[in-house]
Amino acid sequence: MSFASFEFLAFLAILTLVYFIVPKKVQWIVLLLGSVVFYAFAGLVSFFFLFFAIVISFITVQVLGKRHAALKKYLEDTKDTLTKDERKAYRAKHKNGSLLIVCIGILLLTLSLVYVKYLSGFSFKNGVSFGSGAISFGSTLLEVMGISYYTFISIGYMIDVYREKAAVEKNFFRHALFVSFFPQLAMGPISRYADTGEQLKTPHSFEAKEAWCGLLRILWGFFKKLVVADAIAPAIGAIVGKQLGGIYFILLCLFYSIRIYGDFTGGIDIVLGAAQILGIKLPENFNRPFSSKSTAEYWNRWHMTMGNWFTNYIFYPLSLTKTMQKLSKWGRAKLGVGVGKRLPVYTATIITWLATGLWHGIAWNFVVWGLLNGVVILISQELNPLYEKFRAKFPKLWNSAPYQSFMAIRTFLLMSLIRVFDCYCDVPLTFNRFFSIFYTFNIADIWNGGIMNIKVTATQYIIIAVGIVIMTAVSRLSIKRPLRETLWEKPILGNAVLALLCIAILVFGSYGLGFDASAFIYGGTFN
Amino acid sequence: MEKLIEILENLHEGIDYETCETLIDDGILDSLDIVTLITDINDAFDVAIPPEEILPENFNSAKAIFALIEKLDNI
Repeated sequence: MSFASFEFLAFLAILTLVYFIVPKKVQWIVLLLGSVVFYAFAGLVSFFFLFFAIVISFITVQVLGKRHAALKKYLEDTKDTLTKDERKAYRAKHKNGSLLIVCIGILLLTLSLVYVKYLSGFSFKNGVSFGSGAISFGSTLLEVMGISYYTFISIGYMIDVYREKAAVEKNFFRHALFVSFFPQLAMGPISRYADTGEQLKTPHSFEAKEAWCGLLRILWGFFKKLVVADAIAPAIGAIVGKQLGGIYFILLCLFYSIRIYGDFTGGIDIVLGAAQILGIKLPENFNRPFSSKSTAEYWNRWHMTMGNWFTNYIFYPLSLTKTMQKLSKWGRAKLGVGVGKRLPVYTATIITWLATGLWHGIAWNFVVWGLLNGVVILISQELNPLYEKFRAKFPKLWNSAPYQSFMAIRTFLLMSLIRVFDCYCDVPLTFNRFFSIFYTFNIADIWNGGIMNIKVTATQYIIIAVGIVIMTAVSRLSIKRPLRETLWEKPILGNAVLALLCIAILVFGSYGLGFDASAFIYGGTFN
Repeated sequence: MEKLIEILENLHEGIDYETCETLIDDGILDSLDIVTLITDINDAFDVAIPPEEILPENFNSAKAIFALIEKLDNI
């Protein structure tokens, strides 16, 4: 069931009605049943893998919970008989046992993820192309919908329980709801137990403000997806399909950034809006990413729950392992303090980004994409002292609007360039098309009619341009608090905006709601 | 505490670590800084800060970091 469909809207309406009619104490059961129904649309195979993740994570956290309780009791009982060092040693030994258990759980879930991703058609020889509107890949991959997301949610929860940072959910069905809560399965966000664990159990009353803001957010998501992202998709497909170079390569970078922004942030708006109607606050996944002044900042604002997941569960543990610490000491002794200090951080950064790339898909383009991100972040890190000196010398210039804009545009262009590997799914071809900028660059193509030959009409360009202006304005107006909350306080204006959004989606939406809206990029690929 | 301030100053100069309480919230220390900082602390104080203790509240100020070191030393 795609989020951009009448089916989904009907499903959400019925679920909301039942959810607020039933006695509050069984609301969570409605959500679980709703998630089961939502997932049933994806088929039996999907169901099996989801069930596997739920069972494995449930057993793991139960065993960990029992071990934590046993350790606590032992330490309490031996408070007066054991020395501090003996207690420390016992604790360390016990922790190693728990670590083994959590590692088995992680291994099982990772294996199922890798198995599914291979079965779904990914291979290093033949990467699956996405990003071009002409190539459809959703149908085969949706057989195992959401596995990347619920696997990460489950692994995160197991680690949090191991670290004693999350409570153990003893009720199997409540645990199942936490892992499988339907809105977040298709494209995230990757929530942690601290985000949703308690909320999903808590009774919720119908709140008009939450429902209205949630509905407006869903419509806003549809607008971004159907009016902007899907409208620009055919141009991307045409440029990639014809392997156009020169100015078209630059246009591809820009168009693809616009598309993925509208598609992914729009999809997340639908997800968060749907949950908000039900009184559930899912974690935000974006915070004005295209206003970032550096790559590191960009990754703190784009797909934030994924970034946090990799930072918390891979980057930090990896860089703080004994091996890394030893590597650091060795580096300091043999290669100097500066190099030694950097070794663990740099190694962990590259491995984390490689893993991030592979999570997106098992294909060379994702490997290169991940590594490039890591390398760019590290280069910026090295250049930081230089920037700091420049900032100290020219504080006025640094803080001026033009320079701040320059930094944001620079970051946007750099990220657009790295992202374009998604489009070709062919690393040498991407480089080849990139270098064509230097020998077949003909800027006149923009006004001599060339851009009208890539499957987007002048009217559509105008609609897309207006859509971008509106998205930028809304983003700026939402810095302090979401614009929908401001609009809620002005009912006439707010309802007029809501009505206009409906009209815009129905009139200007690329395919019209429920007809043939293309699959969400993240929903379809990163399942 | 002096040793800790010295480590922090080596990381980023020009910040008043005695009073600043928003090292994480204001983005003064990023994830790369945190790892470098922990490596230095582990070395200087002979403790092992585990990944689960990397929380904003433990790293927002020099005082909080020092409290974390003391806590880990006393476990």
